[in-house]
Amino acid sequence: MNNKAQQYWRQNLIYLASLLAVWFIVSYGAGILFVDWLDQFRMGGFKLGFWFAQQGSIYVFVILIFIYVWLMNRLDKKYDFDELEESEK
Amino acid sequence: MSIQAWTFLIVGLTFLLYIGIAVWARAASTKEFYVAGGRVSPLANGMATAADWMSAASFISMAGIISFVGRDGSVYLMGWTGGYVLLALLLAPYLRKFGKFTVPDFVGDRYYSQTARLVAVVCAVFISFTYVAGQMRGVGIVFSRFLSVEIETGVFIGMIIVFFYAVMGGMKGITYTQVAQYCVLIFAYLVPAIFISMLMTGNVIPQVGFGGTLAEQPGTYLLDRLDGLSTELGFDPYTSGTKSTIDVFFITAALMVGTAGLPHVIVRFFTVKRVRDARVSAGYALLFIAILYTTAPAVAAFARANLLETVSNQPYSELPEWFSTWEDTGLIHFDDKNADEIVFYSPDEETNELTIDRDIMVLANPEIAQLPNWVVGLVAAGGLAAALSTAAGLLLVISTSVARDLIRRTFVPDITHQRELIFARVAAGGAVIVAGYFGVNPPGFVAQTVAFAFGLAAASFFPAILLGIFSKTMNKQGAIAGMITGILFTAAYIVWFTYINPELNNAEHWWFGISPEGIGTLGMALNLIVALTVSRFSDNPPQDIQEMIEEIRIPRKSDPGNPPS
Repeated sequence: MNNKAQQYWRQNLIYLASLLAVWFIVSYGAGILFVDWLDQFRMGGFKLGFWFAQQGSIYVFVILIFIYVWLMNRLDKKYDFDELEESEK
Repeated sequence: MSIQAWTFLIVGLTFLLYIGIAVWARAASTKEFYVAGGRVSPLANGMATAADWMSAASFISMAGIISFVGRDGSVYLMGWTGGYVLLALLLAPYLRKFGKFTVPDFVGDRYYSQTARLVAVVCAVFISFTYVAGQMRGVGIVFSRFLSVEIETGVFIGMIIVFFYAVMGGMKGITYTQVAQYCVLIFAYLVPAIFISMLMTGNVIPQVGFGGTLAEQPGTYLLDRLDGLSTELGFDPYTSGTKSTIDVFFITAALMVGTAGLPHVIVRFFTVKRVRDARVSAGYALLFIAILYTTAPAVAAFARANLLETVSNQPYSELPEWFSTWEDTGLIHFDDKNADEIVFYSPDEETNELTIDRDIMVLANPEIAQLPNWVVGLVAAGGLAAALSTAAGLLLVISTSVARDLIRRTFVPDITHQRELIFARVAAGGAVIVAGYFGVNPPGFVAQTVAFAFGLAAASFFPAILLGIFSKTMNKQGAIAGMITGILFTAAYIVWFTYINPELNNAEHWWFGISPEGIGTLGMALNLIVALTVSRFSDNPPQDIQEMIEEIRIPRKSDPGNPPS
């Protein structure tokens, strides 16, 4: 039981680290640290770095949270930690 | 109908709606008052969080600021949205599992210490009051501009409305009112943005039109044209930055972590039913916020291009009508220094003839696009919805902190629930009056309070909650020392540069080139370092606390003897 909770927690931490790495790369990486370098590439009317700073990173943030929700719901089920529906209580 | 009549009508109708909802959803128990009974649907909670979060600053000021600073404005866009990723992944699910009512509740219980609880209450009340003062001022300004009343009267009307639904309805009333306010504010923001995007780029979606070509100059991208116009006039290109990279980095981080640590946003995740609802409702909240936050930079660019194109270097007599309407309010000012009757706009203060208040960019949009009068009324209603919803959320944090954390948990533990509810309502009422007072007599620092509130939230709550969940060995000594260090350092830096020595407030004197806006990030780092060091040299938390931490890390204990069917 305790072991199961530990495995669940470890997997959770791996998800967090991966998702937060993407979070860091699109915002602090593409939007701030490498913005000038990325600006030499273009996507339609946008310079790429500018796009990440003002639009792209926000879209990625939204997607990241929904990926997290999906991963965690799956993990809850796998370890039988998912919350029961009202009727099953 | 005139603009005035439309504004009265639309603002009046939306207010009736809010009050109607407050009466319908009034709170009967402390649990309903504090966390709306804990059964708000994730979608509704997402909308309420979005309205709670997006204040008058987001609605009225943000696009205007971006319009004038170009790429440097990204700190607000990324900073005020990226925090939700931290909130969803690192805080919301665990706080929901913890299952109490407030942030000081968590801090006090997790660190088994009344001192920690008190430090958290002081932080929550202080952060909320600095923030709410600016909101009430915003309410007053919007009222006075659109309803032609004195700012004081405007603040007073706002106080009555907020009093009604925050005091009567508590969290339950606020939640459902905020759902309605979100709908009003997002509709009011999108309508003019969509029309302007269509006019300027021929694209219905502002986010796409932003990167598209100009309708009047086919083949020329809007942003390229904007860069060209800016450099012609001597400004920096719109899509390049002028702030130092380190400062942009630190400001963005302070805003993100501050967002994740703001008490009125965190408490919203106590209102949903289950842990997985808390996760997904953070996703909905950010989705609803992103609709406005990705439109804002488009609005900023359209407005900037429009301004440079139609106003700069044009004869004064041929300017469009919206220019003179806003000139009447004093928010646009033309000073013909060389008396040639032509508007000369330049970054050089000596020769520049045009002064524009940044806040008009969103408010003037409908007129710039020559939209019908009802749209102007709608934008007024949207600005009010944004300011009122945030004010109500903050007032609730103040009243909950006082009634629950101070009175029940600290001084009168055996108080009845009925009396506690009365205390909560009285505290909410008192908070409305104090907030109204600051709205009428704004302390000089209102303009800088946003940096203050975020810096403090980043430097105090966020590390304490984060370590409370992710470190089993973090103890009360470490957490208290960390919070106090973070807050004192951040407050001292901000106070030093903005109130005591404002003349030194420039990159030359800042530590490592970090502005007061971004210093909360360093405060947070100090908090973490101090907390980890102190906890290493003192006792581990007691066994029951360690078990509690294990408990909040999983949504539900599985029961091997009796598996669910």
